[in-house]
Amino acid sequence: MKLVIIDYGAGNIKSIQFAFKRLGVNAVLSNNIDEIKTADKVIFPGVGEASSAMKMLQESGLDKVIPTLKQPVLGICLGMQLMCNSSEEGNTKGLGIFDVDIKKFSNAVKVPQMGWNVIYNLKSDLFKGIEEKEFMYLVHSFYAENCAEAIATTDYEIEYASALKKDNFYGVQFHPEKSGVEGAKILKNFLELNTNN
Amino acid sequence: MLTKRIVPCLDIKNGRTVKGVNFVNLIDAGDPVVLAKQYADLGADELVFLDIAATLENRGTTLDMVLKVAEQVNIPFTVGGGISSVEHVDKLLKCGADKVSINSSAVKRPDLVNELAEKFGSQCVVVAIDAKQIEGEWFVHLAGGTIPTEIKLFDWAKEVEERGAGEILFTSMNHDGTKGGFANEALAHLSEILNIPIIASGGAGTIQHFADTFTKGKSDAALAASVFHFGEIPIKELKEELKKQNIPVRL
Repeated sequence: MKLVIIDYGAGNIKSIQFAFKRLGVNAVLSNNIDEIKTADKVIFPGVGEASSAMKMLQESGLDKVIPTLKQPVLGICLGMQLMCNSSEEGNTKGLGIFDVDIKKFSNAVKVPQMGWNVIYNLKSDLFKGIEEKEFMYLVHSFYAENCAEAIATTDYEIEYASALKKDNFYGVQFHPEKSGVEGAKILKNFLELNTNN
Repeated sequence: MLTKRIVPCLDIKNGRTVKGVNFVNLIDAGDPVVLAKQYADLGADELVFLDIAATLENRGTTLDMVLKVAEQVNIPFTVGGGISSVEHVDKLLKCGADKVSINSSAVKRPDLVNELAEKFGSQCVVVAIDAKQIEGEWFVHLAGGTIPTEIKLFDWAKEVEERGAGEILFTSMNHDGTKGGFANEALAHLSEILNIPIIASGGAGTIQHFADTFTKGKSDAALAASVFHFGEIPIKELKEELKKQNIPVRL
């Protein structure tokens, strides 16, 4: 199993690498297009600001590559958001994999949402063995609207999509690598997904 | 529903925990990794490591500790103490810290908050504020509370939010170490004037103190050290009681 974490300069990828190491899998950090294309599974991480992260993707040509990948791809946090149509953060055009836009939470709630909240309406093999309303760790100021591609939702100000799926592409708003034992289960499920899912 | 967070704080010196810790069955209570794992298993929502003797010389030791914690601990953690530059934060985050906490260095050079927020995102910038109430007015103190300033708590908190802080860790020096409860009035006021999460610190002595800081103090998280380290308040018991009082917690 060759697992590649896309390393394009955005965010805390060490934690993700360590989380897989705890599962006994050595993940390769890479921004090499061939290496990413030939991986069995790809993690697309991201922390920080959307427009600058998108710029970094464009500089390395990864914005063209990611939407063409055929193996299972898991976007985490900002990674997931960049896989959507657009983001209100920095008026960023996304990769357009998920047909949904990223909005900002209003001042009716504290922003960022920071801490543990539940995910429910679970709909994918990614959540095999995960109970409805399991707690996950989230840190974010922007969210994906609830939509047809949602495979989990969470309530904060409104009910929004905390996980998305389209074909071989998966995205989670929460941080499975920081969500204790249950989060680790989700990463394990991702590793066990059929390659031609 | 977003839950209230329980945050044990570990004081670190030369990569080792210093405050007395009295857990059962611990092989090495001075090993931050062992402790951190234990806390994660017991239900802590996140952890704070405070380097209380941070110097340029022992920076490498701390980075090494952060790397080891990140390798083995599956909940988020913040590192604070002696952080005053963007490049230092870059190293801490690359070693796997989720957030950094800055205190005196932000007062000395407020632009640091902006620089960190722009480079790494607000979500990883915690501004810690130590303040003391003197004749009804809260004043910010520096260097672990030893140096008074004329800066007012609420003005400073508002300023760091505008500069991009993602969270505020407020320690009341009037309450710290007293085990008499958190500074709920000031905490509630912070929550009213700010729109970022507030971590309450200083004064935890009983389970009810935690309940009060979440209800009366409107805190988003509560930090404590000795009541957890000495097993006076087991985290699970604490959370079960909070749940009974209809305070949302992760159980």
